[in-house]
Amino acid sequence: MKKLLEGSQAVAEAVRLCRPQVVAAYPITPQTHIIERLAQHVADGELAAEFINAESEFGAASIVLGAVAAGARAFTATASQGLLLMTEVLYNIAGMRLPVVMVCANRAVGAPINIFSDHQDSMALRDAGWIQIYVESNQEAADSLIQAYRIAEVCELPVMVCMDGFFLTHTFEPVDLPSQAMVDGYLPAFRFARTLDPTQPMTLGGGSEADNYQEFRVAQHHTMENAQTVIEAFDADFGEQFGRTYGGLVQDYRLAGADTVLLGLGSLMGAVRDVVDRLRDQGQAVGALRLRCFRPFPAQALIEQLRAAQRIIVLEKAFSAGAGGIVAIELRAALQQAGITTTVDSVIGGLGGRDLTPEVIEAIIRGAKPDEHEATCRFAPDHIAPDNINSGEASHG
Amino acid sequence: MDKRDPFRHNVLTSGHRACSGCGEAMAARMVTDLIGPDAIYVNATGCLQVFTTHNQQSAWQAPWIHSVFANAAAVASGVEAALRAKGKETPVVVQAGDGGTFDIGLQCLSGMIERGHDVLFVCYDNEAYMNTGVQRSSSTPHAVRTTTSPPGRLSQGKHHLKKDVISIIAAHHLPYAATATVAYFPDLKAKVEKAMTIKGPRFLHILSPCPLGWEHDSALSVTVSRLAVETGLFPLVELEHGELTGVMRLAAQRPVEEYLRPQGRFKHLFGSKEGAVELRHLQALADARIRRYGLLSADTEWDTESVAQVQRHGRGGYVSAPQEMDDER
Repeated sequence: MKKLLEGSQAVAEAVRLCRPQVVAAYPITPQTHIIERLAQHVADGELAAEFINAESEFGAASIVLGAVAAGARAFTATASQGLLLMTEVLYNIAGMRLPVVMVCANRAVGAPINIFSDHQDSMALRDAGWIQIYVESNQEAADSLIQAYRIAEVCELPVMVCMDGFFLTHTFEPVDLPSQAMVDGYLPAFRFARTLDPTQPMTLGGGSEADNYQEFRVAQHHTMENAQTVIEAFDADFGEQFGRTYGGLVQDYRLAGADTVLLGLGSLMGAVRDVVDRLRDQGQAVGALRLRCFRPFPAQALIEQLRAAQRIIVLEKAFSAGAGGIVAIELRAALQQAGITTTVDSVIGGLGGRDLTPEVIEAIIRGAKPDEHEATCRFAPDHIAPDNINSGEASHG
Repeated sequence: MDKRDPFRHNVLTSGHRACSGCGEAMAARMVTDLIGPDAIYVNATGCLQVFTTHNQQSAWQAPWIHSVFANAAAVASGVEAALRAKGKETPVVVQAGDGGTFDIGLQCLSGMIERGHDVLFVCYDNEAYMNTGVQRSSSTPHAVRTTTSPPGRLSQGKHHLKKDVISIIAAHHLPYAATATVAYFPDLKAKVEKAMTIKGPRFLHILSPCPLGWEHDSALSVTVSRLAVETGLFPLVELEHGELTGVMRLAAQRPVEEYLRPQGRFKHLFGSKEGAVELRHLQALADARIRRYGLLSADTEWDTESVAQVQRHGRGGYVSAPQEMDDER
């Protein structure tokens, strides 16, 4: 049955259905509604979990680390400054191969301080060893959260579900919440082999040096790469059990016969699909590709979908200052390795909550300049009135 | 299935890599043997973590976890919450050095206590960052030489006072907080045992000499920690719900110089006019602590059970002042 739910409520309900035993968090906009709802569920006896009000995000991440090491399923959520404050612990969770699941309510990173959405926070954690799934809708946020626990616990890798702050966390959409029985059927009870237990004393987090540290890291890398298969399989299985699927690693839209493809992440893709429809109606061969799983980086899936494209535009809400769009840089490398010479046009926009309207997206597509190989990236134009969208010049702002 | 070796019962086994005379190794051996292997140990980064879990080896025969430097109390909070959720009552013990307690770990520790987690936090205080090569911490006493508080033409060592961490902890009004040293094992034993009978957050602050960083003979670790108590520089106290409930009374006060002389970290204070000023300052600090806790008051009559324990065991520790002890009795 569909309910009208804020993204935060939808994901909190999904967390409840996954039966975590420990929830720890520190409040930060725009994550707060998620943890407030979970706190209420615990207070009302609807979620049998320990709700721990951490003294910081660093503490929250450490609490879920300890909880999972002691054999409990755990949950935390944060954003922006909070995610960066967690950084040391997030690397540690990944290195210890603890299946922690968290939500990042994507928000810009200061300075200047800004509470609104872009992807700079989670992109900054791209090398931390966490699986990252960027969702487009409230329904997908809830469904991906359920998938995330199964992926994490099978791979023994942590998973970060990234949902756009405000655009999703504070926006109401109809959401189909599955029943407890359906979730229990999809997600087995948590069984962790390396649990802290006096009858089987184990040392977790001991030292390693040059003769074996690299082996730990290599194993982590291979497991991350292999997780692509798991993510695809569990999304497909979710589709069979719940009737909804999200393409696994990448989700394509009207790619058949498209010579121009716009690649993006997260909630902006709804607007992108509208623009694709409009341009298709005008006879332009445009398609879209949504990067759902950014870590592990699905190079092969992207290559397969983009092989036929003549123009590729990556529109992303984060960048590496002085280098350009992060996804674009990685995509260029993947295509180059595959012998594909199509230029990747790196466009940065939507920073700090700025709207990427259909008009702006259309102007970006019209303004793509496939011959400019030297450019690292360009920035999306400011708001464009619907009357002016036919001017390609507008896209160079 | 219980997979423990039935012939080895120590929680911290031999073969670890601590320096000879390491006060922290001694203290950790005492504490963990008193608590036993049916507990979960959470360790902050520091000497104890490094010398017990070097490169895929482990000296621990109990479940043990290390995450990062600052977060031991938060990891323990999570472990304890998980155990509570699962209906288990396994004790949870944090072990940290002074860096992981006074400085980088203080925020997580405060949060753990404020939330009332059922965890014993043990601080092995060797008064500097010994693991990284003797840099000053906020636990380093006034005028001590470390590599980052070096004496020089313009300096007599550390410029700042040792942080009064037991008062900070006690201000959380937690059920139990106490100080101890490796020199008074009966006292330490009584405090660990008492702590293990109490629910909620508990804190033990154990002065643990470091022959390397304090620059004393490695055979003198116990002697030096006893002198820290007998000079009044490190009072042995107990606090319950924020109130002082026990002190180890001193039979007589020894001059701080007796404590400072065997330690190279104070050597620069002897033989100069500027050093003499700092020596007087250190003596004044000891005098103030003796007054504050009433360490010399003959008529200190505490009437709670905990105080009786400290006095009973504490009197056994007066080994270096037998005559005064007899007079006291």
